[in-house]
Amino acid sequence: MYVLHQDFWFWREARPLVFGFLPIGLFYHASYTIATAVMLWWLVRRHWPAHLAE
Amino acid sequence: MIPATVVFVYLAAVLAIGILARTTALRSGSDRAAEDFFLAGRSLGPAVFLLSLFGANMTAFSILGASGHAFANGIVTYGLMASSSALIIPLSLFAIGTRLWALGKRHGFMTPVQMFRDRWQCGHIGTVIFVVQAVLLVPYIVIAVMGGGTTLAAVSGGRVPFWIGGGVVSLVVMGYVFFGGMRGTAWVNAFQTVLFLSFGTIAVAVIAAGMGGFTRAMESMLASPSTAPLLTRERVSPAYFFSYTFIPLSSIAFPHIGIFCLTARRLEHFRRTIVLYPVCMIAIWLPSVFLGVAANRATELPAIASKIEARATLAASGPALDDAARGRLRAQASGDDVVLKLVEGYAPVWLASLLGAAVMAAVMASDSQILALSTMFTEDVFTFYRGTSRFGQAVQVQTGRAFVVLLTLIAYGIALKVPQSIFDLATQYAFAGYAALSPLLVAALFWRRSTKWGALAVTIWTAAAVAAVAVLQTIVPAPPPGAIVTLVSLGGTDLIARAAQGALVLGMLPVVPMTLVSALLMIVVSRLTADAVPPPATLSRYFSS
Repeated sequence: MYVLHQDFWFWREARPLVFGFLPIGLFYHASYTIATAVMLWWLVRRHWPAHLAE
Repeated sequence: MIPATVVFVYLAAVLAIGILARTTALRSGSDRAAEDFFLAGRSLGPAVFLLSLFGANMTAFSILGASGHAFANGIVTYGLMASSSALIIPLSLFAIGTRLWALGKRHGFMTPVQMFRDRWQCGHIGTVIFVVQAVLLVPYIVIAVMGGGTTLAAVSGGRVPFWIGGGVVSLVVMGYVFFGGMRGTAWVNAFQTVLFLSFGTIAVAVIAAGMGGFTRAMESMLASPSTAPLLTRERVSPAYFFSYTFIPLSSIAFPHIGIFCLTARRLEHFRRTIVLYPVCMIAIWLPSVFLGVAANRATELPAIASKIEARATLAASGPALDDAARGRLRAQASGDDVVLKLVEGYAPVWLASLLGAAVMAAVMASDSQILALSTMFTEDVFTFYRGTSRFGQAVQVQTGRAFVVLLTLIAYGIALKVPQSIFDLATQYAFAGYAALSPLLVAALFWRRSTKWGALAVTIWTAAAVAAVAVLQTIVPAPPPGAIVTLVSLGGTDLIARAAQGALVLGMLPVVPMTLVSALLMIVVSRLTADAVPPPATLSRYFSS
């Protein structure tokens, strides 16, 4: 996920405007934020440090 | 005057929340007065924990600064500050916050310094860490007083002068922290976060309608050579973009966030906070950044047109101007109030009033810093130097309250005397400074062989590096936007340079070398002082095998 944050591929592109108004670079990072939430959901589900509560 | 009235109603509401929190605390009849006041009795539920922890991370900078930065720099603002934080802050809560919570619950720690002292078996080194942390935190409190004064003056059309506005905000924050302690602070933060989230959605819808739709605004920006680059990241180098990913490391190292981690009732409460943190980030930052960018097309609003004109003048003839003229233009071009101006221009009075309250909520986010400093002073200094054992917990809490009053008065006094620009810079140093202190937490929790001397080296290096950046940025004035002044170069490569946005090291923010050198110092100095590794009895409290 850390590497995917460095998205050089949309560096100089504004188009396409997603939904007619969101520049592609901004849309990418908004999607990245959602993907982060999904990754974190998986992380707390699979690798929750439950032993710390004992 | 309606917006000012709504803001005053809001201020009364948050004060009432603080007093209600005190009533609840008294009703609970806890016999652990200090823990109840400073940590809400380690009893926050999942919703308040999420909203208040997120609210504590959202300062005036997040709402106003993000829009202002996006107004000048474009969509890059979101990638620089929001999406990297959405990954790194929850991950640090997962790896470090949960461990802080468990150690606090098990051993009664109330501040990070208490944990460091126990972990590395050190006393006065802990005091050095306390001093550096405290010095880096104070500018935030001053900024909040200034923001309060400015906002009240703005929403009242100048009828409430800066000194009264700052005073009123100081009194309200002091009031609910004084009465409500952590419980009051957490409830107010949760309330403010809900206000931010609600406002963002409404503001976007109303402004979109006012501007004739965002599609038209974006197409129009793309058609103009001066605004099209704002919809890409071509004005920022990939190295500079990368270096921003170090800034969110500061979050967990901020004492108020570390202390917040100790307030959850159960470990399970972290789960929802970690998963939903990025969702809260997108809900607040995407509208803030997008509106800041879109404001560049709101040229029919005179206040915004004059900002754009000042920016153009600065870019065209900045090098020919003297420092004073450049400073004036920079202040005129500042976009920190663009969202305010958009709402003033496109929204009805009732929404502008709510905006005033939401902005107030943002600038008042210093409450958790004030409480954290008070907790740190009473626990890391007063209790450590035998105050509590001599005078008891009741006196400790009263000392904490007295410290809240004293700190607020000092911040208010400074806010009236010193120009805001100095503190704007100081808060920039604080992010880098706390990021450079983050290896302390990582080493304490994950590396057995770390020693107190490694911790001392990290702390002294951080203080020295922050001071060096501050001196450099004071001695070398900011060049016009886009220009770079090379200070040290080697073989044609700029090692240290000064740009409009601050000092650069190898084209990156200073936070990168500061954090990497910190980590290196922790490793090298701990290795060199291996005989100072704490005894097994101490290590067994932190490591299972």
